[in-house]
Amino acid sequence: MTQYLCRKPNLDDFDEVYQQIVDMHVGLSEEESQSANAKLIFTLANHIGDPDVIREAAEIARENTLQWRDEVS
Amino acid sequence: MPYVPTQYEPVVPAAVDTGTVDSTTVLVVGAGPIGLACALDLGLRGHSIVLLSQNSRLTDGSRALCYARRPLEILDRLGLGERMVEKGVSWNIGRVFFRDKTDPVYSFDLSPVKDQKLPGMINIQQYYNEEYNIEALEALDNVDIRWGNKLTSLEEADDGIVATIETAKGDYEIQADWLIACDGSSSSIRNMLGLNFDGETFHDNFLIADVKFKKEYPTERHFWFDPPFNPAQSVLLHKQPDDVWRIDFQVGWDIDRDEIVKPENVTLRIQAMFGDDVEFEFEWISLYTFNCRQVDRMVQGRVVLAGDAAHIVSPFGARGANTGFQDTDNLAWKLDLIINGQANGSLLKSYDEERSPAARINILNSTRSTDFITPKSKISRQFRDAVLQLSSTHEFARGFVNSGRLSLPVPYLDSPLNSPDTDEWTGGVAPGTNCTDAPVMCGNKRSWLLNHLGWEFKVLIFSGAGQFTVEQQQELKSLANDDIPVSCIFVSEDALAGETVLTDVQGLAAERYGIGAGGGVYLIRPDQHVAARWRELDSGKIRDAVQRATGN
Ligand SMILES: Cc1cc2nc3c(=O)[nH]c(=O)nc-3n(C[C@H](O)[C@H](O)[C@H](O)COP(=O)(O)OP(=O)(O)OC[C@H]3O[C@@H](n4cnc5c(N)ncnc54)[C@H](O)[C@@H]3O)c2cc1C
Repeated sequence: MTQYLCRKPNLDDFDEVYQQIVDMHVGLSEEESQSANAKLIFTLANHIGDPDVIREAAEIARENTLQWRDEVS
Repeated sequence: MPYVPTQYEPVVPAAVDTGTVDSTTVLVVGAGPIGLACALDLGLRGHSIVLLSQNSRLTDGSRALCYARRPLEILDRLGLGERMVEKGVSWNIGRVFFRDKTDPVYSFDLSPVKDQKLPGMINIQQYYNEEYNIEALEALDNVDIRWGNKLTSLEEADDGIVATIETAKGDYEIQADWLIACDGSSSSIRNMLGLNFDGETFHDNFLIADVKFKKEYPTERHFWFDPPFNPAQSVLLHKQPDDVWRIDFQVGWDIDRDEIVKPENVTLRIQAMFGDDVEFEFEWISLYTFNCRQVDRMVQGRVVLAGDAAHIVSPFGARGANTGFQDTDNLAWKLDLIINGQANGSLLKSYDEERSPAARINILNSTRSTDFITPKSKISRQFRDAVLQLSSTHEFARGFVNSGRLSLPVPYLDSPLNSPDTDEWTGGVAPGTNCTDAPVMCGNKRSWLLNHLGWEFKVLIFSGAGQFTVEQQQELKSLANDDIPVSCIFVSEDALAGETVLTDVQGLAAERYGIGAGGGVYLIRPDQHVAARWRELDSGKIRDAVQRATGN
């Protein structure tokens, strides 16, 4: 099946981006953080503009999470 | 309450006394919007129709309120469109509110798309649609409307059905070649046939109040997510003709169904919304729970299901009646050809093949709206609320806000009746899709393209006849004498003598049909859907495409 999502490392400075995402939450309550995460996802989804890419990204996120659930239990 | 449904005289056919078996070509059961439109479509084609209604009055309230463009185009073909639009109200401004903010999180303007005869959406009470349709039916001698006649049982045979009908004065039997079940969401015919009606019931209720305010309010659609006057639920306000406003309160699952509809209790809700000093009168109060369900097949032998009997959706996006009209639009011409012996009974299979997927897509769309409006989990509520907040400052997020989407027709792109494109097309109207309207001139009169399409097969020719050889011209003319006649419409001054000529004054028809420099020929079905299209004229191909589009 054709893959649309970039699966190779694609950032020059991973540390910078990681910090940006963590910093987005500074001073936010847990609930506000959830909200900010959701807003980030929607904003990026609109930027990407391609449902196939988003579907594949969501699959990765979900599958990886389920995998870890199995490993813990 | 001021709204009193129009009453009609119950009918007791002679067969009740004589005990003879009555007969008709088509028996339409149910005089809701869909049964009425079906009877009119087939009635105007000259068939003998008996239309049964178990009641002797119109619908008990405004019910289906929003009519989208495609159903209006269908009603316009039946001669009811202009009256509906004249009486209906159009709204352009919509506002979305969230929680206790008095300013909308955002507003939008659905300014009418110009250069099409019918607007994208109007609001009008269902009983006006029914009333106009009944008036048109009463003018037809071949249609017999029987108020107070209820179908109670049904026997199927290869060449028709026999039904037992109950009236106030006793029962009678009627034989019909075809039965169209338009008997609504709790269709008893569906049960008699043993068809499944699978889907889901939403564990939620909606309280509808139709009110007349003493004060004027702007003609806008307002939608509230989680407002203080209905916490964690939604409220919708929009306008109907006669200065009536529809307010829909989402009220949840655990309610006292008798208490909640009491006018004094509904008054408290309206006061919470508009202030204690609001002055108004009730027109109608109703409570409903909704389902999304679809019958497993829409045709069984000589019985065809249409409208709510075949599929029901949530009210978000106003799809119930809107899709039902598209069912009968699809059905009437096929049944007409079958009754006339011009097509085989198997053509009806395509009704199911075209309309079942459309029902599925409608259910999908309305389920998505429902999931946005009433999130089913904590996380989906968080996403929903996040989108609403984001949309107040960022336009790009507004696309995610789903308070019900405009009902759009579902094209029949995979229909076996289509002849797939063999030429290059960019844009235009692909086979299986409903035709787009465009302003044209007919002689020295302003006219609309769609008003020239429909009822029978038409070829729409975007080239001058002078480009064709004499043989081509003769062939084209001879199409009118075929078993399934095809008439020509030229969008060009240079037409064949005796054929309809339309002038594309603004060039919009050519643009919307993707004509470009090369010219083009469209074969259009009696329901205004494209069957096939070519860059060049070839009557052999037209004939093949007509055969294919009629299952012959
Ligand atoms: C509150 C509300 C709001 C809505 N808003 C919209 C909207 O904005 N837009 C939209 O498109 N849709 C809307 N709908 C849906 C719309 O009302 C229905 O989809 C539409 O009425 C379906 O028409 P119908 O003819 O299939 O069925 P119905 O209107 O239900 O008609 C069926 C008829 O058959 C009769 N009947 C049943 N059994 C028998 C029998 N055995 N013998 C004889 N007669 C029988 C019934 O009495 C009834 O008159 C709304 C519905 C509700 C409840």
